[in-house]
Amino acid sequence: MENDALRPPVSKDIGVLRAGWGYASVSDKISDIVLTRPAGWGWITAFLLTFAGVLVFFGATVWLFVKGVGIWGVNIPVAWGYAIGNFVWWIGIGHAGTFISAVLLLLRQKWRTSINRFAEAMTLFAAGIAGIFPILHLGRPWFFYWLVPYPDVMNVWPQWRSPLVWDFFAISTYLLVSLLFWYVGLIPDLATLRDRAGVHPVQRGKQIIYGLLALGWRGEARHWARYETAYLLLAGLATPLVVSVHTIVSFDFAIGNTPGYHSTIFPPYFVAGALFSGFAMVLTLAIPLRHFFGLQDFITRRHLANAAKVLIATSWLVGYGYAAEIFTAYYSGDQYEIYMTVNRWTGVYAPVYGSMLVCNLLVPQLLWSRRIRHNIWLLFGISLMINLGMWMERFLIVVSSLHRDFLPSAWGVFYPTFWDWVHLLSSIALFVWLFLLFVRFLPAISIAEMRALVRESAQEGS
Amino acid sequence: MSYGLLAEFATADQLLTAAGQARHAGFHSMEAYAPFPVEGLAEAVGFRRNRVPLVTFLGGIAGGAATYFLLWYSAVIDYPINVGGRPLHSWPSFIPPTFEITILGAAFAAVIGMLMMNGLPRLRHPLFAMPEFDLATRNRFFLFLPASDPVFDAARSKAWLEQMMPLMVREVPV
Repeated sequence: MENDALRPPVSKDIGVLRAGWGYASVSDKISDIVLTRPAGWGWITAFLLTFAGVLVFFGATVWLFVKGVGIWGVNIPVAWGYAIGNFVWWIGIGHAGTFISAVLLLLRQKWRTSINRFAEAMTLFAAGIAGIFPILHLGRPWFFYWLVPYPDVMNVWPQWRSPLVWDFFAISTYLLVSLLFWYVGLIPDLATLRDRAGVHPVQRGKQIIYGLLALGWRGEARHWARYETAYLLLAGLATPLVVSVHTIVSFDFAIGNTPGYHSTIFPPYFVAGALFSGFAMVLTLAIPLRHFFGLQDFITRRHLANAAKVLIATSWLVGYGYAAEIFTAYYSGDQYEIYMTVNRWTGVYAPVYGSMLVCNLLVPQLLWSRRIRHNIWLLFGISLMINLGMWMERFLIVVSSLHRDFLPSAWGVFYPTFWDWVHLLSSIALFVWLFLLFVRFLPAISIAEMRALVRESAQEGS
Repeated sequence: MSYGLLAEFATADQLLTAAGQARHAGFHSMEAYAPFPVEGLAEAVGFRRNRVPLVTFLGGIAGGAATYFLLWYSAVIDYPINVGGRPLHSWPSFIPPTFEITILGAAFAAVIGMLMMNGLPRLRHPLFAMPEFDLATRNRFFLFLPASDPVFDAARSKAWLEQMMPLMVREVPV
């Protein structure tokens, strides 16, 4: 008994963490990915490929600024095209990270621990890319800062009754709060990297950089107490924020009277869709991450299966949104709303609508099967299908309403151009590129929280 | 001159016991270091008042009030324009930005307040000079008795620490 109390704990298998890990081994395992593991050919290849995509993204953006938004397929009546669809899609993906970090923390879900860090990074990158698109979409992007309220020489102020102005506040607040949340979570881990890097003189540079970023964190008991309070409060603040961001994004549509936009179901429907696509992206990233970095003991099948269950739930929420849209259109008796709804089924974008239903409603039902939830590569495939399906949903919301509005003489069809595709695909490359950098330069799993989980699992088993 | 004594432990429970005993022995400014938050450790070293929630609350109030004032001032006083006959002080449209900046103010106050009350950023600290202390962020638990504590006595405090069965006890130079 005496000796037992003096021995550091070793984890027991609790589903979300495998057995046999101690404080030292989890710390070393996760920090070595950053500190000592050489970059493999797989990482380098992926890095170079996505970096080429990043260059394409910036090149295409320069071309856009030179020529104007005419290089895209947008025109009257469909003045909102891929750029806005991409914006809504990316910001939706950016929701799962904060949801996992904040809501699951408040609900004391243990399976949050090893996936929150990279999900938050995903959130930051996705929300950052999302923020670029509305600016690219502006006819005169160099005036985007007019959304900021400041006492300017023109003596004008932003129009506070416009949801586009609310959107600016929502997105920038979301980005900043997500960044704070992520950084606060990182501080103890940066201190671990600082102290581990010190062993080799070659790593002096890393020690200095991580040391500066760790702000002198020492892990004192009083510091931890304030830290935990601040972290919990941030989670409490981020929870309504997550819900508000996509709500406000949906106001961009719902406040307008365009048929198909003007609906009270939009805010909850957008938030559900955001969680749906966000969790799909979490799976898309988690599966390769655990595979290539050998993190199967930390990101277990339980994590993936839990995320899959969230996908089933949110898939039904999204399905409810589709049903409510149809119901509202008919219940309103408004001929434009009804026509818009019929047009989605039979019009020029009907194939997109059908594919969206398959990806977002039909395919996720496979996840009811336990065997499929535990089949990792099938899960990966399903998550990609959902990402695709959610992009089609965003496209339909933006485009199908605009292309058939009140006056038949004003109808038109949106055709994406080459540059529409370039901006969409290269933004995905930018996202993957940022994520690749993240996994090599910062701990992809929260080390301090894993140590606490080791202790918890050892106590639970005894 | 000595800054104090540092004892290293292998488990959180040992540190928790030692910190509690140190309080009984009359120490009141000892510090306990752990690689993750240990429940009850802050109370064991005598941590009482946590002001982070208050600061967060004030930050949120300040952010929200300032934003609502800005919106009201700009829309009613400085730049009144009639939009479809809506009142100038159309408060429901002012709620989204006010809500967002309330959250932003509270979040910044929580983080900056937490760091400042913790005395961070602090790049130099006597404990960083101890090579053993690198493990405080990996797998070891440390109890530090500062020489400034009135009951501190180099020899007696060292003997006292030894009986807590630490892995080692070291003197920390200033």
